[in-house]
Amino acid sequence: MALLTIDGIGKRFRGVQAVRDVSFAVEAGTIAALIGPNGAGKTTCFNLIAGSFPPDAGHVSFDGKALDGLRADQVCRAGIGRTFQIVRPFNALSVLDNVVIGALCGTRDVRQARIRAMEVLELLHLDGKAGQRAQTLTLPERKRLEVARALATGPRLLLLDEVMAGLRPTEIDEMVAIFTRLNRDTGLTILLVEHVMRAVMALARHIVVLHHGEVICRGTPDAVVRDPAVIESYLGSEAP
Amino acid sequence: MAASVYLNVAASGILTGLVYGLMALGLNVIFGVVRIVNFAHGEMMMVALYAVILAWSAWGIDPLWLLIPLAACFFLIGYGLQRGLINPFMTRPEHSQFILLVAIGMILSNGALLLFGPEARGVQLAYQLDSIEFGPLLIDKARLYAGLAALAASAALFAFFRLSRTGLAIRAYADSQRGALVVGLDLRHLFAIAFGLGTACVGAAGAMLSLLIDVTPSVGPAYTLLAFIIVIIGGLGSFGGALLGGVLIGLAEALAGLILLPSMKSMVSFGLLILVLLLRPQGLFGRRT
Amino acid sequence: MNRLLDTVPRRAIWALVALLALLLVAPAAVSPYLLSALVLMLYFACVGQSWNLMMGFAGLLSLGHALYAGLGGYVAAALWVHFGIGPWLGAPVAALIAAAAGGVIGALAFRFRVGGVYFALLTIAFAEFTRIGFEHFDWVGGAGGFFLPVAAQADPIDLRGGPILFYYLLLALTACLFLLCRGLSTSRIGYYWIAIREDEEAARALGIDVTHYKLLAITLSAALTALGGTIIAFYGNVLSPGDAFGAQRSIEMILAPLVGGIGTLFGPLLGAAALSLLGEGLRWAIDAAGIQLPGLTQLVYGVVLLLVVRFLPHGIWPALARRLRLER
Repeated sequence: MALLTIDGIGKRFRGVQAVRDVSFAVEAGTIAALIGPNGAGKTTCFNLIAGSFPPDAGHVSFDGKALDGLRADQVCRAGIGRTFQIVRPFNALSVLDNVVIGALCGTRDVRQARIRAMEVLELLHLDGKAGQRAQTLTLPERKRLEVARALATGPRLLLLDEVMAGLRPTEIDEMVAIFTRLNRDTGLTILLVEHVMRAVMALARHIVVLHHGEVICRGTPDAVVRDPAVIESYLGSEAP
Repeated sequence: MAASVYLNVAASGILTGLVYGLMALGLNVIFGVVRIVNFAHGEMMMVALYAVILAWSAWGIDPLWLLIPLAACFFLIGYGLQRGLINPFMTRPEHSQFILLVAIGMILSNGALLLFGPEARGVQLAYQLDSIEFGPLLIDKARLYAGLAALAASAALFAFFRLSRTGLAIRAYADSQRGALVVGLDLRHLFAIAFGLGTACVGAAGAMLSLLIDVTPSVGPAYTLLAFIIVIIGGLGSFGGALLGGVLIGLAEALAGLILLPSMKSMVSFGLLILVLLLRPQGLFGRRT
Repeated sequence: MNRLLDTVPRRAIWALVALLALLLVAPAAVSPYLLSALVLMLYFACVGQSWNLMMGFAGLLSLGHALYAGLGGYVAAALWVHFGIGPWLGAPVAALIAAAAGGVIGALAFRFRVGGVYFALLTIAFAEFTRIGFEHFDWVGGAGGFFLPVAAQADPIDLRGGPILFYYLLLALTACLFLLCRGLSTSRIGYYWIAIREDEEAARALGIDVTHYKLLAITLSAALTALGGTIIAFYGNVLSPGDAFGAQRSIEMILAPLVGGIGTLFGPLLGAAALSLLGEGLRWAIDAAGIQLPGLTQLVYGVVLLLVVRFLPHGIWPALARRLRLER
């Protein structure tokens, strides 16, 4: 059963067609990936799903309900969490408070939110830094904080925008393990935009490839990495 | 009312508007280029007014002769102010910068109050009572001189920004901050020059305005607001817009004073500001960022 | 109450209690002149704290805040003078009207995504617009001023009385505002406001309806400011548009929180106290020297503001609190 359905969406920015007639579906409880070269329109797709701006054409539906025209905060409350490509922690606040703000999406009670926030921080191995100011974290930690915050909102679908960028291989493996466990234990559906093929191959059951704003291939990881169009436009012949 | 009354009021408004436009040009350079929200703009003009009026009181010099020396003086003051006091605030949160300028404005207006007292002062020149006939129009000489001087000063500023190396460098920065850095321009120096030019405009505008109004220590804030209104309506970053905006406001206020009550003139400007901010924030000629 | 005291160090609570005790007995111990100075100080603490709510929490810079204080004064005064409706009823009505004004400004601004300096200019424009409007509003005295009849006898119901009445009234308001702000800072609303202040877009992605919360901040701030405005209007008994809505007033109102510390609980009170002390000291010095120096106090305030924003951008309170180990 498709949790998220993208149907023919398009978006134009002042003369540049960033996304054109993109359609795909993400099954509930699975992990899917959106890959492609820089400028392919991946983050634009995310922004369209997450409600940062409306599509010029096409529809997005989540759990059977249309997301068309909903604001970003409404989309979040509908059950979609997202991270940003360039992380945006609330620098003046502590790590815990950052996640509390996310958790407050699901409860009005600050105490409850704190408990939930600590749980999420444990999941992301940040509980030791709960009292520190977000500003003091290293980049990998900030990326985990970004994920923790989005996770705390209690989403059914998590949109991860290049969370692996800049991480070392051990850190990547750690993140992969966290997401695998989340998906397996809670049934959380995940859609990743990613360049790090190591992570994509380890996590995704289904891949959609974008190029110049259009879908050029979709399918299982094995099929996609062997697709000639994908190899030519993105992966190159040394694909995994 | 006879058409000639409207025409005269309109002409008078346009000429005054040219002076406003020059003042707004100064703010445009400061706000548009250096990105400093100069909440003390009007107070600076108040200082210029006092300078000119006191010089006239003491030595009988016609304000128009003081135009260039005053502009030069204000340029130096502006340069020093930016380099010395304001520069550190470029990297601070926005509101810090606003408050700094508000504080400077407070110091200027209360300093003036302390030094000169609250009574109004002005110049009295022979030609302030003369008018020139242009067909159906009867225009005050003083207003005509002020308007033409403002036009000339604006033209000089345009020329500077179009033709001189420094002017082009400043415009380059305004268009693309990163680009300017890459080319290796000394930003602090550029900022200071831009700020100085802005204050020079204010100084010049003050000299011209002295022909038209009397000064009190409290005129500052009204002109600060007016300058911002003009810049926003004309469009941030657009020099032509600032001048045109000034003329528009001068015209609107003059006509409003005629049609409504004189004391309600400003309401028209505020109304326009509110409309523009809400409906077309980039102004008439500005670019949407 | 427990929740409010949750993370506050013991030391701070004792200090607070001591301060409260001091303020409660102050009127008995000071001269009438000093008492009236204290009344003004508390007024600035109140409106400063109300302004602080918008700025310190949600990061919205209002430079035309006199609009709300002025409305608070005029509406309550008009209700009393023209309809005999006492200030205890008039104040909430005035607060509602001020909240509506704030709501209009906010709705226009936030819907059209007007922020930063443009928002500040919008607030200035609305205040000035109102000022000029009231100068032509003869029903409340127009430019000539609106006068509240002074009663021969004290009458707390109509807020007729000496400085002591207003002192305790403003003290109560200060205390209430303090508790309210403390409560808000540990509540979901407070967290959301801070998120909005830090990064609006990130806040949106976490399910925060930014426009709604900004509107909440501005309307609440406006209503609370109006309460202070009502009280001070009934204290001074004369209102004039220039005084009530003027730019000078708007700046004056925000000096205390700026100097004391934006976004802190004690900032506005500390700032008000410091500036009052400074102002009174200057006044005494000038009187002693026997000269007339109009504008000196404001000039000095300007210099203080400059120094604070240059060297202590977070205000005096954070540095002081650390020194006295009153905050972690």
